Amino acid sequence: MTASILTVDDSPSIRMAIRIALTGAGYSVQEAGDGVEGLAKAEASRFDMIVTDLNMPNMDGLTMIRELRKQPAQAGIPIIFLTTESDADMKSQAKAAGATGWLVKPFVPEQLVKVAQKVLGR
Amino acid sequence: MNAEDPAAAFRIEAGELLEQVEQGLLDLGHSLADMDLINAVFRGLHTLKGSGAMFGFDALAAFTHHCETAFDRVRKGQVPATAELVAVILSAQDHMRALVEGDAPDADGEAILARLQHALESASGAEPPVAEPGADRQGWRLFFRLPADAMANGTNPLMLLDELRDLGEAHIVARTDEIPPLPDLVATQCHIGWDVTLIGDISREDIEDVFIFVMDDMTLELEPLGDETSDDTAEADSCAVATSPVADTPQAGAPSSAAAASAAKAGESVRVPAERLDELMDRVGELVIAQSRLSQLAHDGDDLVLRSVSEEIERLANELRDTMMVVRMVPVASLFSRFRRLVHDLANDTGKQIALVTEGESTEVDKTVIERLFDPLVHIIRNSCDHGLETAAERAAAGKPETGTVRLSAHQASGEVLITIRDDGRGIDRERVRAKADANGLIQPGQVLSESELLSLIFHPGFSTAAQVTNLSGRGVGMDVVKRTIESLRGSIDVASTEGEGSTITLRIPLTLAIIQGLLVRVGNGSYVIPLAAVEECIELSLEEDFRSRGRSLINLRDRLVPFLRLRELFATGTKPDTHQKIVIVAIGNERVGLVVDQIIGNHQTVIKSLSAFHSGIATFSGATILGDGNVALILDVGQLVAMGQSVDTEEKIHAVG
Repeated sequence: MTASILTVDDSPSIRMAIRIALTGAGYSVQEAGDGVEGLAKAEASRFDMIVTDLNMPNMDGLTMIRELRKQPAQAGIPIIFLTTESDADMKSQAKAAGATGWLVKPFVPEQLVKVAQKVLGR
Repeated sequence: MNAEDPAAAFRIEAGELLEQVEQGLLDLGHSLADMDLINAVFRGLHTLKGSGAMFGFDALAAFTHHCETAFDRVRKGQVPATAELVAVILSAQDHMRALVEGDAPDADGEAILARLQHALESASGAEPPVAEPGADRQGWRLFFRLPADAMANGTNPLMLLDELRDLGEAHIVARTDEIPPLPDLVATQCHIGWDVTLIGDISREDIEDVFIFVMDDMTLELEPLGDETSDDTAEADSCAVATSPVADTPQAGAPSSAAAASAAKAGESVRVPAERLDELMDRVGELVIAQSRLSQLAHDGDDLVLRSVSEEIERLANELRDTMMVVRMVPVASLFSRFRRLVHDLANDTGKQIALVTEGESTEVDKTVIERLFDPLVHIIRNSCDHGLETAAERAAAGKPETGTVRLSAHQASGEVLITIRDDGRGIDRERVRAKADANGLIQPGQVLSESELLSLIFHPGFSTAAQVTNLSGRGVGMDVVKRTIESLRGSIDVASTEGEGSTITLRIPLTLAIIQGLLVRVGNGSYVIPLAAVEECIELSLEEDFRSRGRSLINLRDRLVPFLRLRELFATGTKPDTHQKIVIVAIGNERVGLVVDQIIGNHQTVIKSLSAFHSGIATFSGATILGDGNVALILDVGQLVAMGQSVDTEEKIHAVG
């Protein structure tokens, strides 16, 4: 069964890159442009994994992760956030909010696919 | 189509980013100490570098990196922001814009970087991060316990254990001592710890990589296994990785461990030009031939010592041949990965939503086979995407997921590789296949066809069911070319289809092209090899039957009429037939034909030698091989012979000869 992944990022080009990388690896991907949209989509259908940026308008990634983890239905769903090397602080915050793992930007598609395979196990 | 080009999207984004950086720099020029502005500029540069590197703007990424590093120092207070620095970065920013557009002279960049260096002169630099050398051998003993909320936060401990197993031989024992009594147990929390003994040449980074996401909060004790030297115990102490001091390691450690892993890989494998492999294969082929001569000599004589040496060499030659086969094997992943782009483009061109799922990429096939499989697979995948899959709207109407799936999988089964291409599209329209075959005169009107016969009509030359020819497929040079290519690889192709649910095309390909199992036969005074894979059975043709069937060239085989070819006549050997002639029944797909030979000699390991350019036009033979006694045997091209046997035309020709 194809794992479905939600990608939340305000940058269309990053979203596109993520989508191409993940669909290329056989996953099906849906997109959301900010935390509010991401939250709505995650609540509407169950994803196997969520990849989210942290800095976004309307609702940032941290808040979205916290909101998601409040819901029993979202327990255990891997959430990967995108961060930059300089953001050690953000990383611990995101982890505290309930994120599963992270990916350091810039990343090459293979890294993303590897992370997806790591947390999804397929 | 540009909507799908990340590079184009990046160009637009980069323009906006540069605008922001410019604004920030201009403002910064007025208030040099404003940390918010410094941070803003840094972030802009950082994103530009990062995204640039992702979308292939390497020059931009490299150049921006220098500016970013400079600003990082400012940000960290190592260097004060100066008017000179701001000015340099401003001019650098113009250069970046040119880099995004792709028309920047290198000299400009170097000049700017030199000025940047000058502007930074006051500061001192240090580049410390070097990973510890991970020259650990033998293995590790580790204990780990995940934070209680790890499972709720999406970490699956089973997958971590699987990853450890992938590293090497793992002995895993669960520690259950911390599981609370049932009333206090929260089902979503993880209380189990694991003792793991990992055996193998594994670096510390490999293990830490497994836990990279949970490292900060987990308990991980790690110590090398093995020789109880004082050195080791000392190291073990320093190895006990506890909770917090690692906080920064994963980030800094990740790239260096990746580098270490790739370095390790480079050490284990050697890249060899393909021609050298071919050369080596040739030599091995010669060796196998020479060896079979030797063993024949040894068996003809009485010398027991010679015989035992010859058997020894036979064993070694066979092993060498098998090893050589494996060396030439390449995982199909390299082939499959080329289709990602194809499917992506097809999805664009057709406006359909298509997902490509690949399975069994690690299946290995001879490299020549891989190269020759590419074109047929392109064609089949195109067909699936173009004809098979429906548009999103049609799919939704049919109650299917909007995204169509093309599944490409490979696995090995007894000397063959099975490659299947499965789509979940509309399936093959049998009515249309029938109508088309009717129109093209491929079948008689009203002719009764079995399911598989009907479907295999799509492999007929000049057959194309697409109601209208699109620019992707349906050029009429379709599946028949695919079929021929697959058959030239001594493979076969099958199609199955359920209307409304999709089609499956299965390719069976032999693992290697260089050596085959053959059936050695004698016709007249010559020896010939029939590829064993095509042989169905051998029966005897008695003289009476031979006479009875004369003029018909058909035998009744279990109530089916099978045409046969008298190879003696076909090759015009001019010899008398043996009293007990044999018919070797060969089959390609559903078509079979009998080949009348004088004698069946037996199994033969056939090293295929291609025919010279002068003889390449001869269709009946696909190659030649050298026998143990040094004679040459021609290898029969079964596909051609079957086609010949099935066509009435040649039958008449044979009669004329006979």
